[in-house]
Amino acid sequence: MPALILASIITLVLAVISVFVGVSDVSISSLLAGGVDGRAMEVLLVSRIPRTLALVLAGASMAIAGLVMQMVVRNRFVEPSTTGTSESAALGFLVVTLLAPGWPLMAKMGVAALFALGGTALFLRILKVVPLRDVLMVPLVGIMLGGIIGALTAFIAYRANLMASLLAWNMGDFSGIIRGRYELLWIGLCCCILAYIAADRFTVAGMGKDFTTNLGLNYQRVMVLGLVIVSLVSAVVLVSVGAIPFLGLIVPNLVSLMIGDNMRRTVPWVAIGGAGMVLACDIAGRIIRFPYEIPIAVVMGVVGSAVFLYLLLRTPRHAT
Amino acid sequence: MIITSNVTKNYGAACVVDGVSLQLPQGGITSIIGPNGAGKSTLLSMVSRLMAMDMGTVTVGGLDVTKAPSDELARRLSILRQDNHMTARLTVRDLVAFGRYPHSRGRLTLDDKVHIDRAIDYLDLGLLADRFLDELSGGQRQRAFVAMVLAQDTDYLLLDEPLNNLDMKHAMGMMKLMRQAADDLGKTVVLVLHDINFASWYSDHIVAMKHGKVAAQGAASAMIRPDVLSGIYEMDIKVHEIGGQLISVYYG
Repeated sequence: MPALILASIITLVLAVISVFVGVSDVSISSLLAGGVDGRAMEVLLVSRIPRTLALVLAGASMAIAGLVMQMVVRNRFVEPSTTGTSESAALGFLVVTLLAPGWPLMAKMGVAALFALGGTALFLRILKVVPLRDVLMVPLVGIMLGGIIGALTAFIAYRANLMASLLAWNMGDFSGIIRGRYELLWIGLCCCILAYIAADRFTVAGMGKDFTTNLGLNYQRVMVLGLVIVSLVSAVVLVSVGAIPFLGLIVPNLVSLMIGDNMRRTVPWVAIGGAGMVLACDIAGRIIRFPYEIPIAVVMGVVGSAVFLYLLLRTPRHAT
Repeated sequence: MIITSNVTKNYGAACVVDGVSLQLPQGGITSIIGPNGAGKSTLLSMVSRLMAMDMGTVTVGGLDVTKAPSDELARRLSILRQDNHMTARLTVRDLVAFGRYPHSRGRLTLDDKVHIDRAIDYLDLGLLADRFLDELSGGQRQRAFVAMVLAQDTDYLLLDEPLNNLDMKHAMGMMKLMRQAADDLGKTVVLVLHDINFASWYSDHIVAMKHGKVAAQGAASAMIRPDVLSGIYEMDIKVHEIGGQLISVYYG
């Protein structure tokens, strides 16, 4: 418990730093000097606080999505970007943008979530048909599936002159977040709460179908609930800020190494860890080339792949 | 009482369990024996609703296992299969605590804690309780799984090859525990066993399967006989009485 409080404090400190980092001068003194109507206050309310909130919400919910996915698929190395989920969400978003450009963002997000659900279901179907003994084959199949869906999406985007938008969706970036452009992410928070409420079910499902049935739970139903959470989160994050790679993979794995997989205990850790990780990477992206920004997807890609490699190398390949 | 009637399972053209009708008595230990591929595990999986059957019905304590609500069944019957691959990284205590899930839905009561502690104690896991499953040996893990189904505290306890991975001492301890569960707690225990001497020593009732059918069944003393066993296993098996127990010898 004290460790969890410490982690929360670190994340909170990162959030405060995140609010005060940027090109425009926002500091305690400029806020006091400008008063409630000053420019600093405006930047704070319209840009900085929304951005920090978006980081926290997206980070926590993407990490939780990875955790839920790992439990229901029973594989350490899956997360929305290694199962075709994020790519399917992007395809859905592209399709709805082309066919119904006038729809509100909420409806477009819904379509993206449905595509994400379909893509993930397809992934699970493939796993069922091709039983894979090696733990690493599972994410590899998912990455291949994601590649195929991504290629299809790129083809359509190319024909429709939407390559720039597609690039933006696939490259998570918080620099465009202002008030009014992040609120969908609150749905991600709802998903996190849902995951916490259903934590025991997911842990039981993580023990496998036979154990789940023995304990009187409907495996299929837990599975569907998990996939709905994962798809919703992926779609919401994709539509609001773009895909953030590796996050759902490394945070739950690090937490699992620390305290195991009982989700009742890990959900708070994963949520706080996810938020902290995204905040740290975003702050880094903002100060490395100050006053320019490096998109978080790039920073996360570098940090994430290093941690991912570490996790791969330390895992005995048949230790499932 | 467990009643199966005409239970059948096909894998493609192969009939793995072929019209099995059985009445397993209430209380005591029933062991299912037979050669590899006889359909023992498949039968146990169907009785415990883990696997759908192609034909037939199974009732456990009057509940039809394909129709009764799964959570109600989970309070009456527990099943442990062999070869349990667990990817989730749980501590022994967490795992055993999940045995109480059908009763408490995750909110552990004092009563649940008593059951959990007792199960951990019974299986001699006290020192390992806070270790993660992936840090244990195969035998220790097997004991943790059995502790979990024991904590589930069901009238019917179905275990497929519970002696897997256990050394002699723990194998004997496990069978003694099953005996205790049957005698002191009035549980009905059904085991799939390969070691016919353990089956002989500890069971009340033995069912022998072969080619998906029930080849023979009866009281342990009636089943552990050279003619019966040699017919089932298609090999020469001698039976000696040692200290009042029937011991089979088949080593060469």
